[in-house]
Formats: sequence, C-alpha cells, structure tokens
Amino acid sequence: MLEIEIDGKKLTVPQGSTIMDAAHSVGTYIPHFCYHKKLSIAANCRMCLVEVEKAPKPLPACATPVTDGMRVHTHSDLAVKAQQGVMEFLLINHPLDCPICDQGGECQLQDIAVGYGGGSSRYQEEKRSVPGKDMGPLVSAEEMSRCIHCTRCVRFTEEIGGFQEIGMANRGEFSEILPFLGKTVDSEISGNVIDLCPVGALTSKPFRYSARSWELSRRKSVAPHDGLGSNLIVQVYNHKVMRVLPLENEAINECWLSDRDRFSYEALNSDARLTRPMIKHDGKWHETDWQTALDYVVKGLTGVSAQHGKDAIGVLAGAGATTEELYLLQKLARAFGVNNIDHRLRQRDFAADEGQTGALWLGSTIAEMASANAVLVVGSTQRHEQPLLAARLRQAVKKGAELNLIHVADDELLTRVNAKLIVAPQALADGLAQVLKAVAELKGASANLDLSGVTVYDEARRIAESLVRAETASVVLGSVAQHSPVFSQLLAIGGEIARLSGAHFGVFSEAANSVGAQFVGALPRRGFAGAAVTAGLNAAEMIAAPRKAYVLWGVEPEADCHDGQAAVAAMKAAETVIAFTAFKGDGLLDYADVLLPTAPFTETAGSFVNMEGKLQTFNGVVRPLGETRPGWKVLRVLGNLLSLQGFEQNTVEDVRAEFVGPFGDGAAKLSNAVSGVALDKPAVTGLVRVGEVPMYHVDAIVRRAPSLQATVHAKAPVASANPAVLAAAGLADGELAVVRQGACEVRVPVKADAGLPEGVLRLAAAHPATVGLGGLFDPIELKRG
Amino acid sequence: MLSAESLAKIDREVAKYPADQKRSATMSALRIAQQEKGWLATETIEFVANYLGIPPVAAYEVATFYNMYDLKPVGKHKLTVCTNLPCALSGGYDAADYLKQKLGIDFGETSADGRFTLVEGECMGACGDAPVMLLNNHSMCSFMTREAIDKKLAELE
Amino acid sequence: MAVFANGILFEGVDTSDPNCWKIEAYQARGGYQALKKILTEGISQDDVIAELKTSSLRGRGGAGFPTGLKWSFMPRSFPGDKYVVCNTDEGEPGTFKDRDILRFNPHALIEGMIIAGYAMGAARGYNYIHGEIFAEYERFEEALDEARRAGFLGQNILGSTFSYELFAHHGYGAYICGEETALLESLEGKKGQPRFKPPFPASFGLYGKPTTINNTETFASVPYIITQGGQKFLELGKPNNGGTKLFSVSGHVNRPGNYEIPLGTPFAELLEMAGGMRGGKKLKAVIPGGSSAPVLPGDIMMQCTMDYDSIAKAGSMLGSGAVIVMNEDVCMVRALERLAYFYHEESCGQCTPCREGTGWLYRVIHRILNGEGRPEDLELLDSVGNNMAGRTICALADAAVFPVRSFTKHFRHEFEHLIEHKTPLVNHKWC
Ligand SMILES: Cc1cc2nc3c(=O)[nH]c(=O)nc-3n(C[C@H](O)[C@H](O)[C@H](O)COP(=O)(O)O)c2cc1C
Ligand code: SF4
Ligand code: FES
Repeated sequence: MLEIEIDGKKLTVPQGSTIMDAAHSVGTYIPHFCYHKKLSIAANCRMCLVEVEKAPKPLPACATPVTDGMRVHTHSDLAVKAQQGVMEFLLINHPLDCPICDQGGECQLQDIAVGYGGGSSRYQEEKRSVPGKDMGPLVSAEEMSRCIHCTRCVRFTEEIGGFQEIGMANRGEFSEILPFLGKTVDSEISGNVIDLCPVGALTSKPFRYSARSWELSRRKSVAPHDGLGSNLIVQVYNHKVMRVLPLENEAINECWLSDRDRFSYEALNSDARLTRPMIKHDGKWHETDWQTALDYVVKGLTGVSAQHGKDAIGVLAGAGATTEELYLLQKLARAFGVNNIDHRLRQRDFAADEGQTGALWLGSTIAEMASANAVLVVGSTQRHEQPLLAARLRQAVKKGAELNLIHVADDELLTRVNAKLIVAPQALADGLAQVLKAVAELKGASANLDLSGVTVYDEARRIAESLVRAETASVVLGSVAQHSPVFSQLLAIGGEIARLSGAHFGVFSEAANSVGAQFVGALPRRGFAGAAVTAGLNAAEMIAAPRKAYVLWGVEPEADCHDGQAAVAAMKAAETVIAFTAFKGDGLLDYADVLLPTAPFTETAGSFVNMEGKLQTFNGVVRPLGETRPGWKVLRVLGNLLSLQGFEQNTVEDVRAEFVGPFGDGAAKLSNAVSGVALDKPAVTGLVRVGEVPMYHVDAIVRRAPSLQATVHAKAPVASANPAVLAAAGLADGELAVVRQGACEVRVPVKADAGLPEGVLRLAAAHPATVGLGGLFDPIELKRG
Repeated sequence: MLSAESLAKIDREVAKYPADQKRSATMSALRIAQQEKGWLATETIEFVANYLGIPPVAAYEVATFYNMYDLKPVGKHKLTVCTNLPCALSGGYDAADYLKQKLGIDFGETSADGRFTLVEGECMGACGDAPVMLLNNHSMCSFMTREAIDKKLAELE
Repeated sequence: MAVFANGILFEGVDTSDPNCWKIEAYQARGGYQALKKILTEGISQDDVIAELKTSSLRGRGGAGFPTGLKWSFMPRSFPGDKYVVCNTDEGEPGTFKDRDILRFNPHALIEGMIIAGYAMGAARGYNYIHGEIFAEYERFEEALDEARRAGFLGQNILGSTFSYELFAHHGYGAYICGEETALLESLEGKKGQPRFKPPFPASFGLYGKPTTINNTETFASVPYIITQGGQKFLELGKPNNGGTKLFSVSGHVNRPGNYEIPLGTPFAELLEMAGGMRGGKKLKAVIPGGSSAPVLPGDIMMQCTMDYDSIAKAGSMLGSGAVIVMNEDVCMVRALERLAYFYHEESCGQCTPCREGTGWLYRVIHRILNGEGRPEDLELLDSVGNNMAGRTICALADAAVFPVRSFTKHFRHEFEHLIEHKTPLVNHKWC
C-alpha cells in the first residue's frame, strides 16, 4: 500500500493505482474524456492534468501511477490552468451546435466546458468540418465535426468488442474516426459506443432527433431478450419508450448493453402491435372488447374440455413472460385441470425431466463464471445467444482464463481458445463424455455413467486438463446444447464433470425468464417450486400429438418451437387457438381464433429471474398501448371467469408474494442435477440440420425491431456446410440450392465453411426465409437448385 | 488480387518478425501492394489486411497515417519535392516552382497526360543535397537545380 | 555532398569508392574487431557497459541521454525476449547524418547493434529506417545479408554461445516515428502514435518486451569505444561530451554536408569548414540542433562551441546535430511559418494540445505573414504555446513550440513590424 495525499486528503492506495483511481476512491472528481474504467488507458485527451508536487509539469491523472508519498493537487492554479488550456483546445474546432445536438443535456464536453471553459473564444480561424460516416443502421456518425478524438469508440471495438471495427484514420488535425470504408459496424454490442462517446458525435440512429434528453423520464427495467438480466434505463416521453440505455450493474451487465436489448424497443412502438382484442368469425378478423373476447376464451376452453376432455388442451408459454404471468398461467391451467403446459418450446430432448428436481441455471453467479480460471462452453453460438457474456468471457481470457469449447461450428469468437471439439449436434454428448472420461482418469476417480464406449481424443484431454488444473472452473451448456437431441445426456455428463473436478456446472438460460418459468412450474411434470403434479405433455409432445385447443402465451409457434413446421400444422388442425400476444403476427392471424393484447415488459409490472437465479422486479414504464392489458390482470380475470379458486390478487405484489414468499428468492430450488439418464449415441444417417435461432429473431419483440432487422445479422440466412458436403451434393460455394425438411422446401444460397463438421447443414431457423422448415437439429436434405 | 511475386515479397517481410507478430509487416505489405498497383485502393488495403490477419480498419489507419502511401491514383511518376526550411534555404521552392511551371500543375495535382503527380514533401533527411526530390517514393534525386530537373524529366518516359 | 570526416565514424572510409560500404572494405578498415574481441576474449556484459559509461557517449538522436546508463536499465540477465532497436528515422528537418552512415559505413552500425544485443542479452534487433531514404534501406538489407553470410549474425556467432538476428524495417513518411515509442508502435505495424511513459521501453518496449532504442550514430560509435577504449573516445571530445559527433550543416553555407568533429569545436570553425557563408552574406541566425531546437542569433552562435553544454547554455540544444544556417535575407516570420507548417503536418493527432495547438500556431503565424496579424497575436502565440508545451504524451508539442518561442523572442521586431505595417521588415529571399 502506498500513502499519498490528494488535495490535502491523506489516503492509502494499492500499488499500481493511478492518480485517477486514487481520486475516485476518495470521491474527488477529475475532469476527463478519454479515460474510461473499462478501457485501456490512452492518456490522449489531456483533460485530467493535475499538479503533482516535485513534477516539473502537470501530469495526466488517468495514466500516472501513484508513488509513495506523492502529493497531488487537482484544483491548484497549475492544475486548473492546464485543464482550462486543454478545454480551450477542445472547443476551438468544436461546432457551436449544442442547441440541435442530440447529446445536449448529457454531453460531457458541455458539462465540463461550463466548469473549465473560457467565456469567448480566442480562436478566430475557421473551424474544421469533418464529413459524416455511415456506421450502419444502429450507430449514427453523421456529426463527426463534434468528435474530440478521445478514441473511446476505437478502443471499445478493439478491446471489448474483440475486433477493431472503428479506427482513427489520418493524423494530426486531420484525424477522423471511421469504420473501414464501405463497411458498417457489425459488432453485436456496437451500441455501447454511443454511451461511450462523450460528445454528440456517435449517437443512436433510431433515437436521433426524436427527443431532447431532459424531456425524457428515466425508469428502471430489466432486459427481456436473454437470460443475463441486464439492467436497463428506459427513457420515456409521453407514454412512449424513446430510448433504452444500460443501468450499470457490475455483477450482471457491468456498464454495457447488447444491441438486442438496446434497440428492440422500436418494436414496442410499431404498427405490428395488437392494440385491441380480436376474434375471427368466418375466417375474418373483427376487433372487439375485452369482455367479449374473454367470454369467447372461456367458451372455447370449456367447450373443448367438455367435448374432448381437459387433456385436449395444451398451453405453450414463452419464457420471456414475467414470473407473475407464468405463475398465474400454470396455476390457472392446473386449477382448470389442464396439465399440458410447457415453456421449453425449442427443446427437443426431455429425457431428463423425470429425474430433475430444480430449475436449471448457470450453476454459479455470472461473476464467478467470468472469473473462473477455466471455462468449458458446450453447444453455444455465444456471440448470438449471449452477446454480453461472450464479451465478458473475452475479458476473462485476457486476464488469463482458458476458454474451451465443444460446439457444432468453429465460429470466430474473437478471443483465444485453449482447446475445442467441433462435432455434429448429436455427437455433443460423446464430446463431453470424452472430457468426463479424461477428467475421471486425471482425478483417479470413476464416473457414475457408463463410459466404456467412449474413446478420449487429444483435444478432449486438453479440455479436461484445463478444467482439472484450474483453481476454479465452469462448464456451461448453451442454447444449441439445450435444443439438441442429446440435451439430457449433456446434463448428466456435465453434472459428473462438476462432481469430479469441482467445476461449476450449468446452462446459459436462453430467455429472460427461463429460470423463473421453471421455478414457478410452467412445466408439465413439476409445479410451482418443484411441487409434484399430475404429469402432462411437454412442448414437443403437445405438437407431436396435436391438441384440440391451444393457449399461446407470448408465443409464435412457427418461430418459437423446435419444429415450426409441425407446430404450425398442429395449430391449424386445432379447433381453437387462443393467443395472448403483444403483436399481430402473420402466423397468429392465420391460425388463431382469438388474439388478446397483453402487455410487453415495458407496459406491465413483473419480474424476471436471470440465469444466476436472481429475481429482478420492474414496473411498467409506460401506459399499455391501446387496450393492451397487463398479463397478470388478464389471467386473474380469466381465473374468475372460469370460476377458479385463488385468483383474488389485487396487485402484482400479491401475485409475487405467492411465489416469492414461501421460498425466499428461490435459490433453494435451483439445481442442475439429473438422474436416470443413460449415455446413448443417436444413430444418424444423412445430413443433420444445425438450426440456430439468429440473434435478432429470438422472440416476437426483436423480430419486429426495424433497425435491428436492418443489420447484417438479420439478413436472410444462407445454408453453410463443409466443402465436402457441398461437393457431395454437387454444389459450389455461393450457388443457390434447394433445402428440404418434411413438406417444406426453400431455396437458399450455400456457403462453404471448413469449420463445420461433416454431416451437417447449418441453416438458421425462425427467420421468415426459413420459417416453414422443420426441426432445428433434425435430418435435412440438400439438393442442387 | 496481388501477384505471386508481391505475395512472396510480403512473406519475406513477415518472416522478419516473431511468428505471432505478422502485423509488423503491415507497412511493408502496403508498400509492396502500392508498388504493384500504383496506389492503394480500398480493396487493396482490405486484401492486405486479410492476408496479414488484421482488421481492415487497422490497415486503413496505417495507410492514411504515413505520407508515402497514395490513397488516390497518382501519375506514372510521382515527384515529391522537399520545401522544408533547410531545403528551402538551398532552392527547395525554386525547384518546386520550376516543376509546377514546367508540368503545368500545382502541388497535389496530376498532369493531364497522367504522367506526373507533384507533391510537396517534408524533410527527407537529405538536406545536404538540397534541393531534393523523391521520385516514385524510392529514388532520391539530389541537387535539383533547373538543369538537373530538365535532365531528370527528360530521362523519364 | 561529401562527408568531412575528422573522427571515428568514417575513419578510413573513402566515400568516393562505390564499394566502401561493403563488408570487405569494412573489415579491411578493422571492422568487426570489436565484436571479435568481445566474443573471443569473453568480455562480460557488465564490462561492455562499463566501457560505454567511461566513454561518456551520449545519445546522438537528440536528447543526449548517456548511452551506458541507458543500456544498464535493461534487465539483461533476465530471461525472455528482449530487443535492440535502432532509430534511423531521421526526419528532424536539417538532419541527414544517419543516412550517410547507412550509405558509407553500415557495418559499423550493424556491429554496434550486435554488441548492444550482446551487452543487453537481446537476441533480436531491428533498424527502423526513414521511408524516404529507401535506397539506403535496401543497401542496409544487403549489408545485413553480408553480415549473415560472414557469420556475424545468426546462431552461435563466431562459435560463441551468443546468437543474434538483425532486421531492417522501413518507415513510410511520418516524422513522429522518430520519437522512440511511436517508432515501436510503427514497428508493430500500427500508426506511429507515441505511448505514454511510464512504462518505459526498458521494461515495456517492442511487443511489450524490454527494449533499448538508440540512434544510428550512437550505435555506430560503439565499435570504436570497444576497440580503442572508452577513455580514448572521451578524450576525443570534452568531459561529459565524449567523442566526436556528426554535424549536418545545411542552409546558406558554401559546402553543406556532414562534418564529423570533436565535440567542443567552436561553431566558427565548423562554419569555416562548411565553406563559410554562401555569397559572402551576413550570418543572421542558426538553428543548432535540428528544427525543434530554439534558433539562436548569429552573433550568439559565433560565441558557442559545438557540444551539449555550450549550446544549452546559450539557450538552445545540440539535439541531433543539425545546424541550419540562415543569412540576412531570411524573413524570420516566413522561416517560422514553414516550420510551424511542418509540425502541424506531422502531429500524430492523439493529444489534444498538440493536435489543436499546432494548427492554431500555424494559422496565426500564417496570418501574420500575410499581413493579417493583430496586435494581440504575439501574446496569443505565447499563450497557446504555453498550453501545449509539457502537456502532451511526447515532445513533439514542445518541439513545435520551441521555434515559435525562440523566433518571436530573438526576432520579435520582425513580427511586430509585419503586424503593424502589414509588410515584412526583411525583403525575404530563400536563397
Ligand atoms: C518528435 C521527436 C522526433 C524524434 N526524431 C528522432 C529521430 O529522427 N532520430 C533519432 O535518433 N531520435 C529521434 N528522437 C529522439 C528519440 O525519441 C530517442 O530519444 C532517441 O532515438 C534515443 O536514441 P539516443 O539515446 O541514441 O539518442 C525524436 C524525438 C521526438 C520527440
Ligand atoms: S505530442 Fe503530438 S505528436 Fe506527440 S503524442 Fe501527442 S499528439 Fe502525438
Ligand atoms: S529539409 Fe529537405 S531534405 Fe531536409
């Protein structure tokens, strides 16, 4: 520890601290632009100059290491003069367009200028003007004359994004911030540069000119598109969401936000919203009132149950619903006598259901995983599934963690990978079993699984060594693993690796409330908090054996189910389909019979439980659009209309108390343990699809966010395959091919990708271009087009 | 995109640096590419970046930072005349003015026949030979009096 | 242009012989004897460094830092990659000495760099060569090949356990790459933007590894110091200013060129050697150490001797040893304007004061020159300069300010006259 003095205050700071760190620790503010705690030190803006006794000139606080006995003055004459001098330089070429600048009111330059700038300018020469740049649909770089060359954006793309997409070209006064000519900024976390830009040079393209920051109210919320649970500031004006920003939470999203969570709000204000209940009569849709619509629902449910029995009804829920909704939904279903309820719509393999006791979760806190010395990620297209976690893992690798992979594709993760196994989806289990076997050998222990048929190859051994050598390790299953035909085996094997190696083991929760949905019992075999229930059908079974009636809660089956083709067929065959939804989806309009406008997360109070089991509550930030109603209220009324017991809650807190009260925060019911799963290599002939869900097609909201849909990530997918696979089909890279699953054929261009294992065809699902196809990891045919 | 010969030259440059520091060859790779293509088009820069495995924008930063890379087409002969103080004291501006008048172009311009581009240069580290002129980036011409300029231009096709 | 050698760097070099740079010629002059002596006599790293300290060799790149001391900062017995880097990015206006070393005696540099590698426990070296002298870069590559073939580079040099590789890297037009950390960035294939120090290159240099950077002339002086002894080198010059030094004389003299003379030689003698003032004109001003050094009026200069201490006492710097001589026909506003333009062109752009200040200074001086000066402009120049100097990552901002300060100090009346009368006091003629 070093003893120093800042502005007369004595303090001790650890070796290696900078003056800026030291100042922060005692709450002393030193003006700065280029410095950012999560980025490397550039020391280029020179705004943070301070006086250090015995130093011949002012020193930059952000970059100067503290030495023992140092005496620093942040407000002395010398320091203030230096800071004012820098401020003058920053302003001489800065446009005087604050009144029309988007950053107005939240501009660090403006703020600091008030404190340090001079009155009138001594600079009488012409101001520089810098042409705007095109960075793509999300980040606007139109006003580059405002840039102060702090290079935060450059450093962000390089250091946090993992790939330098923004550069500072030219030199001296002619320096310009730009993307590579003709290229857009495509990082899945690019929007953070908007927050980082201290001035109004980089702004939000969707938000630009739509409001002044001081007119907006700021409300807290929780991000709805993945299981991380990023904390949000939602800015609203006149009951409309105008902008979404990260709310710093070091334990979860740090100070970042994925583009998906930042820009999806546009969908909430779009024409695609369902604003009034609608009923279909004679093939035509009619708007109606809630009373009529709910009566219709009651009639439909009681009618089907009277005619075909309760088992003829299936309830499919999206895991982006609030915990309160999911709790009431399962309560309502069960009270009504329906046991067929599930939220795991993209899951294929349910063999572990029987032997599972708790909600699958990350197995540790996010921070614990990110600080592990070794991580093994199985079956995850990380950057698409969990953009911020992928970035966090890159930081972990930089700090020395070893990242190991078992996956179905050899994608660029923009970070160093210690060891990797790239295999077909059905072989993921064998890959993980190899690691288990090697771990068992290294530990001289035996696994509670029959590993006799498993041969350990080098790469698996390297992964095992990495896990065993590490002081702390994590093994995590991603969405691909969870959707794969061997998910239950992966759970069993992962659990054994954890037991033998001491690693944490868990899953990257796919949706905002995957953990909450399990916890409150939106499951066919377990009720609230794992309560024993009469077993019902799981999501796949409800589709495979079509029901007479379906209740869809925030679900669009063609895009949200493992086998969209079969799901749509089941919907079409049903007597009635009741959809609670925020959007008028084309699919729903086709096969549903009643649409009930239920509130998206911004228009209702509720909670999500993130992948580390943390329940985060939020309130509605705007009034529900049109006649939209908060879901929990709709369910309560419906419970009453169905004359069911236990639907007397007056507030969302009343609902929450029913599931939070008795079980604390629910942590006790988190468990990744499974039993009774045997290893078994599925026999596969022919090509298997690798059907991931593209980042901007994961749920109904993002699918309707225009700016996200304009990015490269939302483009119509191509079918990629190993060159050998293409050659066997007589196809060349770039050619148009015909791809078939079941009754559906689509024409798509093919792409050669040597990083894919043989025997697979990678073609994304849930995109309008591929939505008619079948199972995500099912057989698929490829022919010349 | 680049000839096998240029790629072989780039490979020789890459070999000068530790195996994990291919990026160090960026400057020479861009120089070699420019020598082959005459100037650095965006596609050329991107090709070089991909060849070395660095982000294209990083290669672009380099190409725009250093004066001797041409990001726009130049004439067959690029003449860079030093007018920095030491050269100026020994005829740097006279040489430049004479060239401007003779070629009918100003600094930063290319003659109508596409043969010559005239560029104002900064100190080339050859002030003792002033006035100096750099021909096509790599060939230093010393003592560029009017007569020497006449002679040099006559040699160039 | 010729080299006027009266020292160690070009001892015995016949610059008119097109083969004088070749390894055979170098060896015939006694070249590579220093290396042989070290490796065959088993002179220790510490002894090599001690010899350098005795010699009082100071860095020839501009800052004049004692070389032996710099080498001693390297963690030389510490295992791991270490680098020796030579700075031949000679871009300081007026400096053209290192080019002649590459042209006429490249093996002296190579030998010096090998010895440096030995003394500091580095296995690899790079010479960063100014892009504009591409022919010299190519020649240096050839010289390296010669040295490799002769077994002075590579594995187990001269049968010893010492292995060393040396490569050339060229710049491509950026003055700032002469600044040592910008040079390292450039060597790593990036823009040449100086790094904040600390950490210093000796602990975090090329590729983040310990690195020592010296000027070409500095390294080229090393073989002599090893063969002849540090004491002898010291005695060539004067105390604290050991050895002989190359001075690049340019501007209004009859014989511009490089002059290698003992440190401490009177300026008047150097001027004389350079043939005196061209056309018999009157000496007006001299920039004694490259464009970044403060200008000195001719009469002050005539009192100086050419060494670090004397020039510093007179208020300037010996810098790189570039002596720019100006006669009475030079309008000092015009001369300063050209220099200010240079720094504006060459600022790397990362530090706010330098990026914005160099342009501001240039524009104000340009305006004054064009008869649009304002009474407050001289004070403005001073104040802008004060806000730049010492406030940036590297010394380019200071380098941009020194000329402004010194020109407006020593020749203030010319500026005032232009501002007041809108016409220059001196009817400017460049030459
Ligand atoms: C703007 C700037 C330009 C410089 N240019 C050169 C140069 O061209 N050659 C050189 O040797 N040193 C130059 N230097 C000095 C180097 O940073 C460094 O001090 C020197 O190479 C060290 O070598 P030495 O100790 O042998 O002099 C420059 C410094 C600055 C700040
Ligand atoms: S002082 Fe100028 S040249 Fe030096 S690092 Fe800063 S901006 Fe670059
Ligand atoms: S000033 Fe022209 S080459 Fe040096």
